[in-house]
Amino acid sequence: MNRLNIEQGSSRHSAYDLRNPNADLIERHTLAVIVDNEAGVLARVIGLFSGRGYNIESLTVAEIDHTGHTSRITIVTTGTPAVIEQIKAQLGRIVPVHEVHDLTVEGPSVERELALFKVSGDGEKRVEALRLADIFRASVVDSTLKNFTFEITGSSEKIDAFADLMRPLGLTEMARTGIAALARG
Amino acid sequence: MTKPITGAQMVVQALKDQGVDVVFGYPGGAVLPIYDEIFLQEGIKHILVRHEQAAVHAAEGYARSTGKVGVAIVTSGPGATNAVTGLTDALMDSIPILVISGQVPTFMIGTDGFQEADTIGITRPCTKHNWLVRDTDRLAPILHEAFHVARSGRPGPVLVDIPKDVQFAAGAYVEKSKTDVSRYQPRLKGDPAILTMLAEAMATAKRPIIYSGGGVINSGPVASQLLRELAEETGFPVTSTLMGLGAYPASGDKWLGMLGMHGLYEANLAMHGCDLMINIGARFDDRITGRTGDFSPNSVKAHIDIDPSSINKVIHVDMPIIGDVAHVLEDLLRIWKSQGRKTDKEALAEWWRQIDEWRAVDCLGFENSEKVIKPQHALKRLEELTRGMDRYITTEVGQHQMWAAQYLRFDEPNRWMTSGGLGTMGYGQPASMGVQMAHPDSLVINVAGEASWLMNMQEMGTMVQYRMPVKQFILNNERLGMVRQWQELLHGERYSQSWSEALPDFVKLAEAFGAKGIKCSDPADLDDAIMEMLNYDGPVIFDCLVEKHENCFPMIPSGEAHNTMLLPNAKTQGQITGTGAVLV
Repeated sequence: MNRLNIEQGSSRHSAYDLRNPNADLIERHTLAVIVDNEAGVLARVIGLFSGRGYNIESLTVAEIDHTGHTSRITIVTTGTPAVIEQIKAQLGRIVPVHEVHDLTVEGPSVERELALFKVSGDGEKRVEALRLADIFRASVVDSTLKNFTFEITGSSEKIDAFADLMRPLGLTEMARTGIAALARG
Repeated sequence: MTKPITGAQMVVQALKDQGVDVVFGYPGGAVLPIYDEIFLQEGIKHILVRHEQAAVHAAEGYARSTGKVGVAIVTSGPGATNAVTGLTDALMDSIPILVISGQVPTFMIGTDGFQEADTIGITRPCTKHNWLVRDTDRLAPILHEAFHVARSGRPGPVLVDIPKDVQFAAGAYVEKSKTDVSRYQPRLKGDPAILTMLAEAMATAKRPIIYSGGGVINSGPVASQLLRELAEETGFPVTSTLMGLGAYPASGDKWLGMLGMHGLYEANLAMHGCDLMINIGARFDDRITGRTGDFSPNSVKAHIDIDPSSINKVIHVDMPIIGDVAHVLEDLLRIWKSQGRKTDKEALAEWWRQIDEWRAVDCLGFENSEKVIKPQHALKRLEELTRGMDRYITTEVGQHQMWAAQYLRFDEPNRWMTSGGLGTMGYGQPASMGVQMAHPDSLVINVAGEASWLMNMQEMGTMVQYRMPVKQFILNNERLGMVRQWQELLHGERYSQSWSEALPDFVKLAEAFGAKGIKCSDPADLDDAIMEMLNYDGPVIFDCLVEKHENCFPMIPSGEAHNTMLLPNAKTQGQITGTGAVLV
């Protein structure tokens, strides 16, 4: 019997992608998970990832609808296409999870992260830090005679690049929010 | 507005609204208000177990044999932690149960109070969902939602943790019919486009097989009926997982027997050689697939499952169908008939000829003995002597469990209760109590090994107290048989800790509990002894002394493919090597 004519990668007829699970290609996906804002819901999501051995590269969570009691969890994860499909299916069956969106495959999306940097230094280094912050559109949110605290928003890559530049200039502390993402349009 | 009632009263009221007639439990400080209400009511029978693990397994046995949600009540702290094995067991085998646990009062949570445990945290990964109730007004809706979640979609265990002050406080009771359960509504209907594809594949298949699982039984009696109709309509052979036994009758002419690690030769070879596999409510468990890379290499695979996460988890399938088995099979049969599809009769006849050749190998054959009772023989006699009876079987875990699956025959669903996914030794005895409570006039037999049986032997007290006439049929080889078999096969016959030393005298043990004990070691006495057990109106411990070194065959060594089975009398030493030895 001939194999049915279902092309790998096609998902026209089902909610599931039929890509080859044996592909070793590791992909990075950004998932948006809409959940009931109830006690323990974040623990359920995180417990799923640790219990089944999935990766979390970044995770953010906050309430987005106070009256509807829903929160949005944005998770950046990595895995083979089969693992990513499995992660989405596993998330989908958690009772307080309403929707799971894979922003990486559902169309264009925007991703932003916010970070705070504390840079300590004096003289030329202090001037250089300010100059670079200006180029990166980072703003000064706190300053003392010794320190600047910069706020920067952008892609994770942009924040990484800014951190690389600030390190020799006296970067002493950093706080990052993790990625928030929305589909375009 | 109805008169406010206490949280404890709500628990009893909600259970009654949900049609619960029996609960299994054990009281303690944090559930005393609930037990007070149980004392004051009629209608719900409470079975006092001797250990909380048994309460949960009993609830599982009740659920599996009825299709209804089983209920257990435990106290906080150790009561709840003792329930964890049962919850995990129910999660692995998709059994709908509700565990109600007591908790320290809300104002004491987090203070390391007496008998406090983070029950919600501990049971989060071993329940489908769980709830901590902080407000009495929320208690009734949560209980109703808990029943709904347990029985809907892929069934599973749920837990509701109720602090003691919430049980004492008064609030408004919300009826079942007024509880909003809309947030959890799994999809029931399969995608018609894929069902049409499947019908097309069924019409052209030359070597098809139906591989059915516990999902058929969970879907309800209608699903089992439709499975039989599908097999009749198409003439396709049917094999089943351990969980699915009885959905298709063992007496049916399309029946191949169980598949998997200790499945039948013909079933496994048919799985390996098929060109169309229709998985109905099974999950490609590793006991079924063996080495996944060589699993049924030349087949197109369809997979019907209500849980989207089961699809493509282990084995890549060509036709994923998300839905409830009964709904999907009904649609599939309608599409099949309305399109006037016919199977390839000639190819099917050839396929059946091939299957008959495999059957001729007689993989369940064994060398019987007149000196010592062979465990296979004991089960064949039990099957023969109970045929036609209104019979339910539970098992413990190990060799006896596999032999029971091979030699006992099930013609109806919900008649076979065994711990498949988790493989919980100590499951069968308490599960048999749950079954007996659900079917007081039926014959309930727990097929056990002596090692498993000892793990929950305290429950003999419960059986005697409530006059449950459960028969404990112990195949006693004075060994941890399956462990011993593996040590023979892959650990150089070093039998580390796998024998049962200092066993009790089971007849005296039965008498000490107030039950009947029967001991049998001579094959010539076996039939009479079994009849004595069956004819006794009360709980029996049957100590069947069997051959000590019998191995369970056929067997697919772990890490091997379906077509590399070990048959009876195989050379067994060193059969599993290298990577296979790492697997369990």
